[in-house]
Amino acid sequence: MTDAFADLRDLYQEVILDHGRHPRNFRRLAPPARYAKGDNPMCGDRVEVWVRLDEGERIGDAAFEGRGCAISIASASLMTETVRGKSVKEACALADAFRILVRTGRCPVCGGVHAEDLERLRPLSGVAEYPSRVKCATLAWHALEAALTGEVGATSA
Amino acid sequence: MSQAARAVVQPGFDVFAIRRQFPILAECVRGKPLIYLDSAASAQKPRAVIEAMVQAMEHQYANVHRGLHWMSERTTEAFEAARDAVARFLNAPSRDEIVFTKNATEAINLVAHAYGRGVMDPAKAVLISAMEHHANIIPWQMLRDERGMELRICPITPEGELDWAAFENLLADGRVGLVAITHMSNVLGTVTPAERIARAAHEAGALVLFDGSQAAVHRRVDVQTIGADFYVFTGHKLYGPTGIGVLWARAELLERMPPFLGGGDMISSVSFERAEWARIPHKFEAGTPPILEGIGLAAAIAWVEQVGLEAIEEHERALTDFALARLSAIEGVRIFGRAQDRGGVVAFALDCAHAHDVATLLDRQGIAVRAGHHCAEPLMHVLGVGSTVRASFAAYTTRAEIEALAEAVERVRRFFA
Repeated sequence: MTDAFADLRDLYQEVILDHGRHPRNFRRLAPPARYAKGDNPMCGDRVEVWVRLDEGERIGDAAFEGRGCAISIASASLMTETVRGKSVKEACALADAFRILVRTGRCPVCGGVHAEDLERLRPLSGVAEYPSRVKCATLAWHALEAALTGEVGATSA
Repeated sequence: MSQAARAVVQPGFDVFAIRRQFPILAECVRGKPLIYLDSAASAQKPRAVIEAMVQAMEHQYANVHRGLHWMSERTTEAFEAARDAVARFLNAPSRDEIVFTKNATEAINLVAHAYGRGVMDPAKAVLISAMEHHANIIPWQMLRDERGMELRICPITPEGELDWAAFENLLADGRVGLVAITHMSNVLGTVTPAERIARAAHEAGALVLFDGSQAAVHRRVDVQTIGADFYVFTGHKLYGPTGIGVLWARAELLERMPPFLGGGDMISSVSFERAEWARIPHKFEAGTPPILEGIGLAAAIAWVEQVGLEAIEEHERALTDFALARLSAIEGVRIFGRAQDRGGVVAFALDCAHAHDVATLLDRQGIAVRAGHHCAEPLMHVLGVGSTVRASFAAYTTRAEIEALAEAVERVRRFFA
């Protein structure tokens, strides 16, 4: 299978297919977890994101539910894994770095504070070649930021 | 039409001869020959259209309707010839009934404003169907919010046809002043029974508007045979340029309607106190019109007429039958729309992959399709699906391209399975 689909793997790497099929943290968190939803009006996709902050204002748990393409689901799934343990500020900074990653295909802060996280998220960088799909990858991240900063809804643009 | 262009169209519909007239079809995408199955979104342009517009810009161009010089007079003739071409194309009783707009959307908005605002009130209703494009929903919602009339939605059957019993019921109380309905669904491919709809609407005291954006591309439209009151279509889906659409309406209606936009070219005399409107259709064409686009549209209509709408329809019917049979045989493929009378669009979903993923993977293989709600979001809710993949066909589509699509879909399915 690997050889027959080599030409499709640049975008749909195994980790994306895996997280798309078997999303992690696909569940809801009870209040007082912070919550926001993200809508992609172009395709009708929607994700809902929950974040629980621990003492010290660090992300103790992150979860999501939603419907969408493999890219948007895999991105949300990987996001819930990578933001755990981060402060609000760090998570927002990672979201910024992630958006640059998927828009440019390049890691904006290689060797920097988010190097390890961005390496995990790098399989999603293939969407940079597909401008119409960038918003699929960023949808959950917009919702995450909205949840962390207290907005209720986010639109992936 | 030049002799050269005429010579390459063979009798009996030679799709390869037709393809040679579309320069873009020689392009490669992502290293693969382009397989363009998104013509329902916008069709590609034949050389005849491209050359007509280039010819105008290089040799014969000025503003229309105002210049007293040679260039303006010749350009006015060329632009007004487009109106004649459209009138013939729709079999309109008069060229004065052809109003040029930016696109079909603007044409519907024109009717909502210039006709709807004058006649709608809370006692009246506008009737649309569940398979409308947003262009034939939003203008009526806006009118409803302003004028307070009811907006009624006629349901569709599981096959994707208009639910005729429901349609008649919705007309029964006589409150419907206007039926605004697609002549062919851009998602389901369903061709609606236009003559029957017009007859039923008129018997119930309603006028009828057809959104012919898809239908006019795939079959011959005769507004008199249909018995329509308003008919709209757009140029760019008819192998013509973007930026030009058409509203046809019966002259008597256009005479009664106030202008939609104000400005130059739509007045007969102006003072600072008041203005007198120009005669129809110019009353509805404020400002410099889409001159080059009109010239391009005339060339597109000439091209379509030369190939023959009947031949195009037959070609697309064979392609659609093949696509439906071939795609529905693939495990996990669900096809939306099984109407008896249908045109060349096929919407489907795969059990194991989202429509966007399918479209991206098809794109990797050089195949252009549309994925999403196709500007018919309410219909997606009716179908119970978030988004679908849509392949749409044109005069230049080949059976081999549909086979390539089917093989690519099978490949996508193996990839995601």
